[in-house]
Amino acid sequence: MDSNLNFIYGHLPYWLFIILMLSGLFIVVSRGNLIKKIVGLNIFQTSVFMFYISIGKMKGGTAPILLDKSADNSAVIYSNPLPHVLILTAIVVGIATTALGLALIIKIREEYDSVEEDDIQKMDQKDLMKYNKKNVLETNS
Amino acid sequence: MALTLKHLFAVIMLSGAFSLVSAMLFVVMDAVDVAFTEAAVGAGVSTVLMLATMALTVRVQKETKRPILFPLVVVCLVGVLLIYGTLDMPNFGAFDSPAQLHLGSTYLSITYKDMGIPNVVTGILASYRGYDTLGETVVVLTAGLGVILLLSGLKGRKDKE
Repeated sequence: MDSNLNFIYGHLPYWLFIILMLSGLFIVVSRGNLIKKIVGLNIFQTSVFMFYISIGKMKGGTAPILLDKSADNSAVIYSNPLPHVLILTAIVVGIATTALGLALIIKIREEYDSVEEDDIQKMDQKDLMKYNKKNVLETNS
Repeated sequence: MALTLKHLFAVIMLSGAFSLVSAMLFVVMDAVDVAFTEAAVGAGVSTVLMLATMALTVRVQKETKRPILFPLVVVCLVGVLLIYGTLDMPNFGAFDSPAQLHLGSTYLSITYKDMGIPNVVTGILASYRGYDTLGETVVVLTAGLGVILLLSGLKGRKDKE
């Protein structure tokens, strides 16, 4: 019983990050507004970062900045620096993709006068039907 | 909140607040460098970019009826799979997890000898993974170029007709 409780306690952070990630995914899938989709993607992304950082965490550890430069530092527990480096890169790449997505939204709004996915799809379908009709007329004549 | 709010300004502000809170969480999990970056980039730059986008597009979301069942099923399925995946993982903060046993401690011991920088994260980022960081700047450059090209007056659909 005690080991079960220990297991649940030790895995609860991971589960919380997963639930956060799922809420981001839900926003992306279920909302039609493109800006909201980007916000959802950001939540998704940040919770993946949290998950990675949580893997590098050590109980009782401290930030990986060496306290005593001369000694071998074996007395101090440092958390694992490798996930931190990875996530630093990922955050910067993430902001780059977000900026590109937002620029695409501005362009879409210029073209379609809307940032709602449903409206855009309707307009696309109308365009396609018009195009097909034109093609049929041309091939007949 | 982001699900039901109609005013995008509130949604974007909440997303900025979320970034700030996540930066605090990174501090708690010993990742101070990541927390700096998240606070500056996530809460700062990305909020500003989103607000600019909102100013250039729309402020209020349109009322739309969208099916909710299918997304819910997809999300639940993904969630069950992910949680099943964590069952084999070591406990949070464990000393004997595979992630802690090999490379992490090696880097902690050799970084100062090789570079003389007490901050191990900076040392790895700038030196051992310098090419990776160079590639990252290329990605940012490409994204910036893409944004400029997208927003500089290419003729749109309306103008053609």
